[in-house]
Amino acid sequence: MKKWLSKFLPGGRSGVIAVPYLWLLFFFVLPFFFVLKISFAEPDISQPPYTPLMTHEDSKTTITLNTSKYTTILDEVKSFGTTSWSEAAEQSQYVIAYWNAIKLAFFTMVFTLLIGYPLAYNIARASEATRNTLLMLVMIPFWTSFLLRVYAWIGILKDNGIINNLLLGMGLIDAPLQMLYTPFSVLIGMVYNYLPFMILPLYAHLTKLDSRLFEAAADLGASKWTTFFQITLPLSKAGIIAGCMMVFIPAVGEYVIPALLGGGDVVFIGNKLMDDFGPNLDWPQASAVAVVMLALLIAPIVWFQRFEQKQQEAA
Amino acid sequence: MNKMPLSNRLFMLLGFFFLYAPILSLVIFSFNESRLVTVWGGFSLKWYGEMFRNDSLLSAAGLSFKIAFLAATLAVVLGTVAGFVLARFGRFKGKSLFAGLTTAPMVMPEVIVGLSMLLLFVSLQSSLGCSVEDPQGLVGRLGCWAFGERGMITIWIGHTTLCMAYVAVLVQSRLKELDRSLEDAAMDLGCHPFKVFFVITIPVIAPALVSGWLLSFTLSLDDYVLTAFLSGPGSTTMPQWIFSSVRIGPTPEVNALATVIIVVVTVFVVISNRLMLSAQARRDKAMQAAFAGKH
Repeated sequence: MKKWLSKFLPGGRSGVIAVPYLWLLFFFVLPFFFVLKISFAEPDISQPPYTPLMTHEDSKTTITLNTSKYTTILDEVKSFGTTSWSEAAEQSQYVIAYWNAIKLAFFTMVFTLLIGYPLAYNIARASEATRNTLLMLVMIPFWTSFLLRVYAWIGILKDNGIINNLLLGMGLIDAPLQMLYTPFSVLIGMVYNYLPFMILPLYAHLTKLDSRLFEAAADLGASKWTTFFQITLPLSKAGIIAGCMMVFIPAVGEYVIPALLGGGDVVFIGNKLMDDFGPNLDWPQASAVAVVMLALLIAPIVWFQRFEQKQQEAA
Repeated sequence: MNKMPLSNRLFMLLGFFFLYAPILSLVIFSFNESRLVTVWGGFSLKWYGEMFRNDSLLSAAGLSFKIAFLAATLAVVLGTVAGFVLARFGRFKGKSLFAGLTTAPMVMPEVIVGLSMLLLFVSLQSSLGCSVEDPQGLVGRLGCWAFGERGMITIWIGHTTLCMAYVAVLVQSRLKELDRSLEDAAMDLGCHPFKVFFVITIPVIAPALVSGWLLSFTLSLDDYVLTAFLSGPGSTTMPQWIFSSVRIGPTPEVNALATVIIVVVTVFVVISNRLMLSAQARRDKAMQAAFAGKH
């Protein structure tokens, strides 16, 4: 009896695996199929605000797939082939928003790497006592509210904000510079807020480097820069890739920073999705936007995952 | 930092200035008398008083703290199991998918996660018939009680899924650092695996669990995008209050709130960092001594 029962009950081991596994399958994987499904529906004034894909009539079940949400995006892509690029860009809503988001994510990645690498490198090479304090100093801003850190930049960059008041007071400018609600303010907010996601993986890899390698290089007469380019940089490649992906992938879908620091004339795809979901109440369009975004990001996500798993297995 | 060259020190100084100047500016202007946030009008504490009399803010903060507590607790339970499975279970069927799923919520754009979870809950609501008729059966009643209306429970589930990824990574990397001979020894002496987990593994990784809980708590307390999708009417959280007041026209009240959060967080991080470091050092030393046969 007991043996018979144990055939159907999960053993201790698979039972333990099942708990987080089922949670993730149900609340993280399954939802994507609903996004895919609803991207083929049509918006409707009802509860929920979209039409069902399946209708039952006279005991016959029909499935209607509405592909218009994708053709909206596809037609915009096609228009880049038929009309001039500037004209097509002016008329497109979605393609330009994807492009702006990818550009923003790319530049955020580059600048966080340029600022984060030297910081992580210096923290990793500091003596053990100062290392911990420095790391904590990097982490404290990360622990305080993300929204409030974005808000802080409004006060700094706006027309009667800190920088303009300072420059006006010193007599360097006559009229306030327009800095807030520009692509510049969005980029600065992005770099500021995504910096810890770059520093932590970099630090984790840089701190593992064997210091004897540097000593050996110095003994053999390598200059500081040669050591850096021949030893440090190649050995921290894993950290660079992890950090870049940790910044780039989520940055493509960022909503809050452009919404608070951006002017609205440069539209990013995260904001487009939120507009379709909220004010426009077009959930199928929002779903189609999400499906396309995921399709664009699937390659970097898989790359990141492969890389992380290889790292974990090597450790 | 004795060996650090001057140029590197200068760069570090600039880097930390970039990190801290915005935060300092928030604190300074919270003491501003003037309603115009960045025009100095004299020292005043009145915005702190206003903040504690603002009922909509207080109730939003109350809800946020409740959700953050629940989400951090469940995330630590699920994330610890996930991290333990990844670090100690070796190979099993579907492991690489599982490993991918545990870390994916950290990088997946939040708008995608939020929208997809919302559509899951909405679909569940309509297939369970929560709004049309009285839900039937235990599954229907339980489902509609949990997902019938967007609010605390749906936000809780969303935040837990995000936070457990961070906990799993923390636990996994701490377990990889640790010698597993202590666990093996207990197992060899006939201790049941469940008992080994609770009596040995959990106490040894306790510092990682504490930092995982704190990180989850702040992540949940801070989340705007997931909450925007998963909250319903009547469940406004603190980030939503901050977001709308920043959009409409911020007052130094927001700065006062920021200052309180910054002070609390800094105190917490510094204290827990000190405690964890000393606890970890003690434990590592004790383990080394135990394995070396010294007492």
